[in-house]
Amino acid sequence: MSLISTLARLEAVSTGRAQPSATVRHRHLGDRPLVFVPLTTAGEAGAPLGALVGTDRDAPRLLVVPQPRDRDLRFAFLAELADVVLPYVDSYAETVEAAERTETDPETGKRVKVEVELCADAPQLIVPSRAGIDLVRLLGRSMRFRRTAEQDPEAPYPAPPRVPLLGRWLTHFGERARVPGSSLLLAMTDVLGRHWVTGQSTLEDQHLGALLAWIDPPEGTTGAEAALRAELERDAQGQLTCPPAGPATDPAFDNKLLAPAIERYDRARTALAAAEDGLEADDRLGALTAAEREIRALVLSRTRPTWDAVWRGLDLLRELPEGARVEERWTRDRWSFTGHRDRVLAGEPPQPRRDDAVTAANKLATREREQARLEAQEALDDPLVMAGRRLSGEAFAGEVTDVAMAYSEGKRPSPRPLITVRTDDRPHLGERTKVYRSLGGKPQSAEFVAAEEDGAVVVLRVLDKMGRGKEPEPGSVPEKGDRVCFTLFEHEQRGGAKLPDPEETPWTHGGPPGEATLEAADPVTEEDVL
Amino acid sequence: MTTVFDPSAAAAQATDAILHDTLHGTARGVVVDSPPGAGKSTLVVRAALELAEAGHPLMVVAQTNAQVDDLVLRLAEKNPELPVGRLHSSDSDPYDKALDGLENVRTSAKAADLAGLAVVISTAAKWAHVKVDEPWRHAIVDEAYQMRSDALLAVAGLFERALFVGDPGQLDPFAVVGSEQWAGLAYDPSASAVTTLLAHNPDLPQHRLPVSWRLPASAAPLVSDAFYPYTPFRSGTGPGDRTLAFGVPSDGSGPDRVIDEAAESGWGLLELPARHTPRTDPEAVGAVAVVVRRLLDRAGAATSERSSAPSPLTADRIAVGTAHRDQAAAVRAALAVLGVTDVVVDTANRLQGREYDVTVVLHPLSGRPDATAFHLETGRLCVLASRHRHACIVVCRAGVTDLLDDYPSTEPVQLGTVVKFPDGWEANHAVLAHLAKHRVRWRPQSGRKAARRRRPDEHRVA
Repeated sequence: MSLISTLARLEAVSTGRAQPSATVRHRHLGDRPLVFVPLTTAGEAGAPLGALVGTDRDAPRLLVVPQPRDRDLRFAFLAELADVVLPYVDSYAETVEAAERTETDPETGKRVKVEVELCADAPQLIVPSRAGIDLVRLLGRSMRFRRTAEQDPEAPYPAPPRVPLLGRWLTHFGERARVPGSSLLLAMTDVLGRHWVTGQSTLEDQHLGALLAWIDPPEGTTGAEAALRAELERDAQGQLTCPPAGPATDPAFDNKLLAPAIERYDRARTALAAAEDGLEADDRLGALTAAEREIRALVLSRTRPTWDAVWRGLDLLRELPEGARVEERWTRDRWSFTGHRDRVLAGEPPQPRRDDAVTAANKLATREREQARLEAQEALDDPLVMAGRRLSGEAFAGEVTDVAMAYSEGKRPSPRPLITVRTDDRPHLGERTKVYRSLGGKPQSAEFVAAEEDGAVVVLRVLDKMGRGKEPEPGSVPEKGDRVCFTLFEHEQRGGAKLPDPEETPWTHGGPPGEATLEAADPVTEEDVL
Repeated sequence: MTTVFDPSAAAAQATDAILHDTLHGTARGVVVDSPPGAGKSTLVVRAALELAEAGHPLMVVAQTNAQVDDLVLRLAEKNPELPVGRLHSSDSDPYDKALDGLENVRTSAKAADLAGLAVVISTAAKWAHVKVDEPWRHAIVDEAYQMRSDALLAVAGLFERALFVGDPGQLDPFAVVGSEQWAGLAYDPSASAVTTLLAHNPDLPQHRLPVSWRLPASAAPLVSDAFYPYTPFRSGTGPGDRTLAFGVPSDGSGPDRVIDEAAESGWGLLELPARHTPRTDPEAVGAVAVVVRRLLDRAGAATSERSSAPSPLTADRIAVGTAHRDQAAAVRAALAVLGVTDVVVDTANRLQGREYDVTVVLHPLSGRPDATAFHLETGRLCVLASRHRHACIVVCRAGVTDLLDDYPSTEPVQLGTVVKFPDGWEANHAVLAHLAKHRVRWRPQSGRKAARRRRPDEHRVA
């Protein structure tokens, strides 16, 4: 934890309110995000119990699996989910703009510019907490290899038509969420935690109710009190008044309310199956419907508070202006969305179960680059984030007290002015350390020359972005009296080296992975037909 | 029956076997594990020279520019006639200027300019950009345990066979983003290059160097037991072969007592009162600085097998090691206040592969309220505890053993991953248990006051 966030945490404890750790919003929020509040059943990994999903805060769609162990009901749930998610995703696939991309020409091997489509906007999924992201991934994994009756007439338990496609999209969202700074799939607790610091541990911050209590406590209470209440307060029946954001449910709810309701549902279903005539069946169907309605009401009662909390979180976040470089990162999300849209349209098979060596290395390299980009961009967009970097010696701000013209040696001397900066910061500058400042959005580099007055005065030599002439272009060199802020970290990330193609995987990494084969569906196990 | 262990003979035998496998073996790779100071660089230089003499064009992959420059200098020193290419980046100041003075060393940012030279050396990062039609027959990959698997993936297509050399006990490579998704895969891109190599090629010959020439007899058993429990090594020198003496007697203060303890036994623990502190704990940082100041003031002299006469313990023979860069910066600042500017202060990462007479270490867990995987990493402690030829002084707050007991390691178990032994928890306990025998308790006054109080002593010494 950085010094500034420790300080903010201490302040949050002493004031009883979360402290802002950002002055702008560092994540993109779309106009029409799809909020997804799922619940799972205890005892089986990723068995959905129900969900609230939708883009309208006043009209969420409630999906419920009244008997979570029933595979048919689970498929029905997934099919319903597909009916909500896929039209939403498709609505972004059609509006495109023209863009350029550099590709390697397969014939000449040269890098050429090609005209491609880029979706003008992209869908955005919001779940309450990080565990929700894991569930999205798990659902994606469980669906994308399913076979529909159309794909495989022999499949013993064919999936409803659009379920495998939903699996591929959820997998894409889940995978993209691992890229630092991406906003295609966000966990509300993570985004709020990025912008506010509470007086509790980061683990406790995973409780959406408690986190919101710290950020925006009800009138007359402190964040700490409200958070404690959100975590612990139970009603007369022993139920939490602020149900956990899920996907896991509270055991007291499972044991006291859910299990008896599911049992009643099971009994009603058995009774219906045993009905001997139409009249009896009608009665029993009524009982079954009532039992199902009861479970739906229970699921709604546990998801609705979380649903409202997510939208409240969105309100709080929308009050912050968007950071200047957020748009650029969102464009990368749009590229990622467009890319997957094209793969689906081209009839490519679902994402493999495991990455091959080259894909894994490429993904890791991309994510490391994005992490560095995100850290730099957040600091450049936000003085409060920059203050943290200044405090840790990775940046410094101050006033220019002197500018002395100097030139490089060589045939064509170029300007290399020396500027003197007075600063209260204590950057970790070593001999010829490179530093960067943002000049019209582009990084200008300088190198450390000397420190005077015990580090309070820093002399730098400006190295570039001054034009081609002998005299620096106007405005390219700071002037006496200017406030400047230099960072020790680079503002832009270089692309890494190109890795070999997968079919050229070297012997050290097991050689080429071989022909890509269509991965078989997961075999049906005993657990699948309990 | 006891046999007398002859370190030179054991080391020579191991080197011969390695060179035989490299020059005449049929396996595509040879892996050499080298404990700290076991002559890894010497081995790399010798293997490079023998491969070059045998007429095999050779590429050498190292991890940092400093390592590359160091290798080029060593090669040129051993064989000034050998045509060596130093492939470098196109940044400003890409290599050590000392290379320009070497007649047979050619430097370039383009691999094509260096074609045909007997040996071409560069960093893994630069090699990754090189494209060749015809791969090199031979390669040497130095510091292979610090190289990430994805870095090897980028360069492995450039050579047919390779000698991989490295120290498995030092810091593992790391990724700045999560990589759990690939844990358990043989080619996990965030694993070390050797892990991936051996997972795919388990039959490659593996050797190890059995003797540490750097570590003194007082340190080798501890470092071997704590960090290399299944691949033990010995020190090349025996007890009493190295001594450290001081011309100025102790003033009875904590720093002086711990210096005497370390001079006597090879280890010293300066223990400050238990307290939770920020990373740059001013008292601990001040204590490190005072110890260094006193080491310089007390006119130390180191006697070793290298020369008959004792050599003075000067600033360039002392280093300070920390876990974090801000700690290193704080120590540098505290040293500057005491008038010390030429002692190396750096993090474990940057001290890898370096060697000093005396090291002063700020314990990674000192003053911490928690024990994270970063601070528990065996490699970090191993690097810090194995840079010295004579003595190592650790500065630490009391209570780290309790902290370790409160925070047993809780890393999630991943299927298919090779469990590393020993874990950081175990290694930390082993080192602390040993250091406890060389403990000096000290309650410093505030850093600045102590510094002011000490000034008159300096003059007396001078």
